[in-house]
Amino acid sequence: MQLIFEKSRQGRGSVLLPACDVPEVALPEELQREEALRLPELSETEISRHYTALAKRAHGVNDGFYPLGSCTMKYNPRIDEEMAALPGFTGIHPLQPADTVLGCKQVLDTAKQYLCEATGMDDITFQPAAGAHGEFTGLLLMKAYHEANGDFNRKKIIIPDAAHGTNPASAVMAGFTVVTIPSNEHGCVDLDALRASVGEDTAGLMLTNPNTVGIFDPNILEITEIIHQAGGLNYYDGANFNAIMGVVRPGDMGFDVVHLNLHKTFATPHGGGGPGSGPVACKAILAPYLPASAIQNGQDGTEGRLQLKAFYGNFLVVLKAMTYMLTLGAEGIRNACEGAVLNANYMMHGLKDVYPVAYAGDHCMHEFVLTLEELKKETGVSALDVAKSLIDHDIHPPTMYFPLIVHEALMFEPTETESRETLDEAIAVMRQLYQMACENGEEMHHAPHHAQIKRPDEVLAARQPVLRYQWEQA
Amino acid sequence: MGHYIPSTREEQQAMLSAIGAESPAAFFADVPESVLLKEPLNLPSGKSELEVRREVEGMSRLNKVFGTVLRGAGAYQHYIPSIVKYITSKEEFVTAYTPYQAEMSQGILQSIFEYQTMICELTGMDASNASMYDGASAAAEAVAMCRDRKRSVALVSATTHPDVVATIRTYCYGAGFEMRMVPEKDGRTDMEALAEAVTSDVCCFYVQQPNFYGNFEDCTALGEVVHNGGAKYIMGCNPMALALMKTPAACGADIAVGEGQPLGMPLAYGGPYLGFMAATSAMTRKLPGRIVGETKDADGNRAYVLTLQAREQHIRREKASSNVCSNQALCALTAAVYMSTMGPEGVKQAAGQSMSKAHYFADLLAAVPGVTVQNQGAWFHEFVTTLPVPAEKVLDALAEKDILGGLPVKDGVLWCVTEVVSKAQLDKAAAIIREVCAACN
Repeated sequence: MQLIFEKSRQGRGSVLLPACDVPEVALPEELQREEALRLPELSETEISRHYTALAKRAHGVNDGFYPLGSCTMKYNPRIDEEMAALPGFTGIHPLQPADTVLGCKQVLDTAKQYLCEATGMDDITFQPAAGAHGEFTGLLLMKAYHEANGDFNRKKIIIPDAAHGTNPASAVMAGFTVVTIPSNEHGCVDLDALRASVGEDTAGLMLTNPNTVGIFDPNILEITEIIHQAGGLNYYDGANFNAIMGVVRPGDMGFDVVHLNLHKTFATPHGGGGPGSGPVACKAILAPYLPASAIQNGQDGTEGRLQLKAFYGNFLVVLKAMTYMLTLGAEGIRNACEGAVLNANYMMHGLKDVYPVAYAGDHCMHEFVLTLEELKKETGVSALDVAKSLIDHDIHPPTMYFPLIVHEALMFEPTETESRETLDEAIAVMRQLYQMACENGEEMHHAPHHAQIKRPDEVLAARQPVLRYQWEQA
Repeated sequence: MGHYIPSTREEQQAMLSAIGAESPAAFFADVPESVLLKEPLNLPSGKSELEVRREVEGMSRLNKVFGTVLRGAGAYQHYIPSIVKYITSKEEFVTAYTPYQAEMSQGILQSIFEYQTMICELTGMDASNASMYDGASAAAEAVAMCRDRKRSVALVSATTHPDVVATIRTYCYGAGFEMRMVPEKDGRTDMEALAEAVTSDVCCFYVQQPNFYGNFEDCTALGEVVHNGGAKYIMGCNPMALALMKTPAACGADIAVGEGQPLGMPLAYGGPYLGFMAATSAMTRKLPGRIVGETKDADGNRAYVLTLQAREQHIRREKASSNVCSNQALCALTAAVYMSTMGPEGVKQAAGQSMSKAHYFADLLAAVPGVTVQNQGAWFHEFVTTLPVPAEKVLDALAEKDILGGLPVKDGVLWCVTEVVSKAQLDKAAAIIREVCAACN
């Protein structure tokens, strides 16, 4: 379809502002913009239709099944959206006097109460805007803690090879060196490797539990104890928190700091890539280092607390998550977790006789990883081919080729908000694709066949980047 | 108790039976017994939707929404056309994840490509990324793009927003690099001090345009000084002002960033907002975060994909240019719909009226005995005044009349006026201020 710039016609537009009712002031010539400002010029009808057409070429979890592993694509309740659109929240300036923002404070206090209780932590910051931002924040808390104790040599963060890619990237941003430890034959932390890697230079461990193959590490208490014994701190990557909430708490498992992805576990929408919210909860020993807003405290920013972004975080996202938590309550939070784990096990059970499960055990947690290595050897049909074939069935593909320790990986996370019929249908489609791979795999190399586009040329996109629309030379 | 689980208890039991499990407890067998929660979380019970609505609406009523807002300092109340809210609440946009699967995400990808183009147009730069968390973190990430082994000191002008300074400081602390402030002189960056500060270990200089006090800096001259010292030049711009002022590209900037909130996002107690970031083609491959590019599909048709991913954390892990994964996509969409709806003339009008009204209000205040407008030279829609009385007296009197006054800062009060404030409202505010100042003298 056409780009909005290609639909633009000079002189079209809407009347949105009244005429200026004060004398007009212009910038001195030397400061004025010289280039034309080529923004689109369209009527409101055309704008409405343009974006409606774009929306029809998008797929959200409220449109259909979205089992994207590690992303917890659960249904996004509409009441949460409606509450976040209340003028009593959207119209509040971040620097209003404290006695005029008591409602905002109550939102943050309530969210803090629920999240600290669910994680077993003492304090929290809502400033981080996303999970990776939260990781960076949590690591900075660990760094500040060690430095306050005079421990300037704790420079190493231990990260399992199955971890999300953001973990090592965040550790480097926080000034640490990454020590990667291998997973054992169960996909869990190799305790001997862990023991061998700790020392006086250990700042801490970053761990997802359940890990990225959907397995809860049974040695978790030994793991966190090894780190503590070495003088390090334990960081819990909350990307998979949906698998344990209400059942077990990071704070009880020896973790000192945790980030949560409100846009995953707490049902806030992901907006096609954000805004998310990545609050960081911590034990009391780390609370003195939590970030703040310099301008709120009347400072110039050159010294004082850590700060990750302006003001206090993605407030409206926190508000949506709070609304969700009020709805669920204590038992609802646990039920959501159990429902997610049940759905994942049900789906895994329906597929495991045709698609081998990586690190298979009796059960999984909220997600599971299939390995299509054998299928590819036998039929030439890859994980990518199967994933792309799902698109023709209006199912969003699972996470592909992750974690890196599994070959031809497809990672499914159905979440608790899917019905048995949806799961049955997805299982049937996956089994049908297996049959097709064995009988007529060739066709699957070109899937999807009925989508918005055929497979795009990603190599061309990267070799000759076209990152913006170019007007034809006049 | 509210919930979003479709399956009934009976259906769940049937699913458990189908897989040969007795209860969900079987799935948690690997959790050590000693840490399994024996009691429910110590939290209230769940509630019906109506009860939740009452409770949250009650919270919203504890807030005070001011009828007139004369405060900015990083968050600006501009008019948001009705269509912006409707388009950006479409569920297909709201409930999608990052567009990893191009074949079912062309709408999202095209909207980002259009956003990137608009940011390039606004800034004059060659390439934009898909968005950052906000203006402050975008500034900090821009600084990170400039560092190398030889040059590891970041210079930041003292005329920068305090939250931006603190955020750059925090990112520098993380990576172990140094941030140095360049002092101000009469409300602008001290040019001579900058020339001395750009030593051979300096990687970049960050300046805010217009700066924290509302003043326009001489960004072309600053850029020359920075480049003469061999460092990179980063400009943090108000996107509304970009409709009127010389672009970062024309000023010689290597990277342009800014807080995109004025482009259609409500004040919302500080977020979610939008960080925008654009760079010269020489620095494109150092951009952090997601970038959408145009390509062709297998049939040769135009298509859009996430591209240049070799920079990113999921490929490069500890060698990635940044850890950014989720960004602020829906806010970027909001900005794009806002700019499309306003059009070039509408954005210029909003910016021009904000500036004109701020100057009108400054003139009214300057006429009040004892009040001095501190800003010299050209400024945009914010300005600082001294007051002959304690600031809280003036601000309290304004608040009583439903007006949020300016922000107290070290030399007085920082005021902001935007196009949504009418002349009548400004006249009223000025009269109140005059009255308070007179009564206290």
